[in-house]
Amino acid sequence: MQRSRLVFWIFCAPVLCWLFLLIVLPHLDLLRMSFRGENDYGDMVWTFRNYKTFFTEPIYWLTFVRTALYAVITTFITFLLAMPVSFYIAKLARARIQGALVILLLLPFWVSELVRIYGWMILLRESGVLNFFMLKLGIVDTPIEMLYNDATMIMGLVYTSMLFMVVPLVSVMESLDDSLIEAAHDLGAGQFTIWRTIILPHCKPGITSGSIVVFMLTLGNYLTPNLMGGKNSLWFTEQIYNQFIASFNWNQGSAFGFLLLLLSSFIIWLGLRLTRQKLDEVAS
Amino acid sequence: MVKRFGEFAAVDDVTFDVPTGSFFSILGPSGCGKTTLLRMIAGFDEPTSGTIEIRGQNMLGVPPNKRPVNLVFQHLALFPMMDVAENIAFGLKRRGIAASEARKRVDTMLERVGLPGYGEKRIEQLSGGQKQRVAIARCLVLEPSVLLLDEPLGALDLKLREQMKVELKKLQAKVGTTFIYITHDQSEALVMSDRVAVMNKGRFEQVGTPQELYGAPSTPFVAKFVGENNTWKAAVTKSDSGGVELKTDEGYSFIAKANADCREGSRMDLFLRPEAMRIEPRDRAGLNVFDVTVKSILFDGANSRLLTTTREDHELLVTLPQNRRFDHIVPGDEISVGWHPDSGICFEAEE
Repeated sequence: MQRSRLVFWIFCAPVLCWLFLLIVLPHLDLLRMSFRGENDYGDMVWTFRNYKTFFTEPIYWLTFVRTALYAVITTFITFLLAMPVSFYIAKLARARIQGALVILLLLPFWVSELVRIYGWMILLRESGVLNFFMLKLGIVDTPIEMLYNDATMIMGLVYTSMLFMVVPLVSVMESLDDSLIEAAHDLGAGQFTIWRTIILPHCKPGITSGSIVVFMLTLGNYLTPNLMGGKNSLWFTEQIYNQFIASFNWNQGSAFGFLLLLLSSFIIWLGLRLTRQKLDEVAS
Repeated sequence: MVKRFGEFAAVDDVTFDVPTGSFFSILGPSGCGKTTLLRMIAGFDEPTSGTIEIRGQNMLGVPPNKRPVNLVFQHLALFPMMDVAENIAFGLKRRGIAASEARKRVDTMLERVGLPGYGEKRIEQLSGGQKQRVAIARCLVLEPSVLLLDEPLGALDLKLREQMKVELKKLQAKVGTTFIYITHDQSEALVMSDRVAVMNKGRFEQVGTPQELYGAPSTPFVAKFVGENNTWKAAVTKSDSGGVELKTDEGYSFIAKANADCREGSRMDLFLRPEAMRIEPRDRAGLNVFDVTVKSILFDGANSRLLTTTREDHELLVTLPQNRRFDHIVPGDEISVGWHPDSGICFEAEE
């Protein structure tokens, strides 16, 4: 009894250290910093000013709302695309192809996100590959700038997130007994009803865990919105970056960081509430 | 009808009629094509050639959700995301039946399968036998012309299986729906069915009542597969209208009932049921009698048997009646057994 508890703590220690030193401690410091600011004499004092700035400057909270909205849209589009892909991999593809398909999905992740995004830029920019062929084939007369707009940015985000949705969906779909689908079909259900009444309810835990991961990754993504969205597509992480690096206002940046944390927690809580699930059920 | 997968004929030229309201079983070893046959009737697979008619209507090209046929799956396939009532109402909902009407029918159905008040239960709260009944209720509530059952008792333990056999038979008599039941368990088929088809390698070997299959198998496969049998290899030494005289490879001379295969000099397989052999017969006239040594007693209540060997080490199972007359028999004893010529069934040897 005593011994097994000791072993438990020994194995837990690295995780606890990691959590405490690299997550909890820095966040506590950020939290402290977000409530500090210079007063008129240049002395550091406790203040709500950093949070007040966020609500009084429309550019900040508009970017905030925009980021949240686009992250939700990205998650939803990723889900819509991942659903048939996962179904094909888990249920329709033959066993040998199955592995190859998963590897194909995984393959892009062997290179860093930065390189992948530059790849997209090479394809899509005004002098890019796609424009070159469209000009050659006479589809367009002048090259089109396909980068630096919201649609391209969302496409990039969906592309980056795809794997994190497909993997949980595939594993949850593999556990779905084929005979359930056949039974529903036998009892008079058509394609759409089978999806609605059998497949989706069964996949709910996978959908939720996939959505949480994709949503958080998208919300906290910096590279893709910055590079593919350009100046026209503001993302809240850029605001945080600007405060820390450009303005050197760590106090303001910390406040923004905490607001983002609150936002993601709130939206995930809302999502779980709406689908009547609990976090521990999803995680298991 | 025929079903081919590439070169392999899973169901090979099978034709049969199931009278409305009867309990029809398809009995065969695993891999004989019975599941494929069932899936074709249900509509999940299309036959390569041939037709399926239900109540005079051609079913080819009709998808499973449009056929008046429902299937009880091997592992039942109850929907775990729904409760019992929702499971049973699933098909009714798909037909657009109003919720209040559906609830009424579900309740009637639950009562009929002996689970009144179970509507609110989750599937995982049910025992094996209860799941079974829900799966059947889910199909029967749709009032199908034919109910197909794919070895649904396979997953149950022995005691429950015995009980469900009787219950299924009673249920079928009560609702009057045509049941097509497939199984590899001969006792299930024999106990429940009005008629049984024995299937082997994609073909029907024999279709008949359980009594016919057991008493008068028409092929060696049926003789071996339905019930237990002792086999002898023998040659015909004399054949006339009264019977055939056989000489087994061990040298015994037996008289058996004649059939068309018996020509003088031909090789035969002789099948003998354990219960056809009488231990120490009092009246030996007309019986084939020989001596055997008891090796062990296989006690199994009413189904007890003796494992015996002849002097030439040919193993035979002999039924041991539990009427206390043979309590003195112990392993190692030498006893004589006799059988009546009518109870031996012979077929031309397969090799």
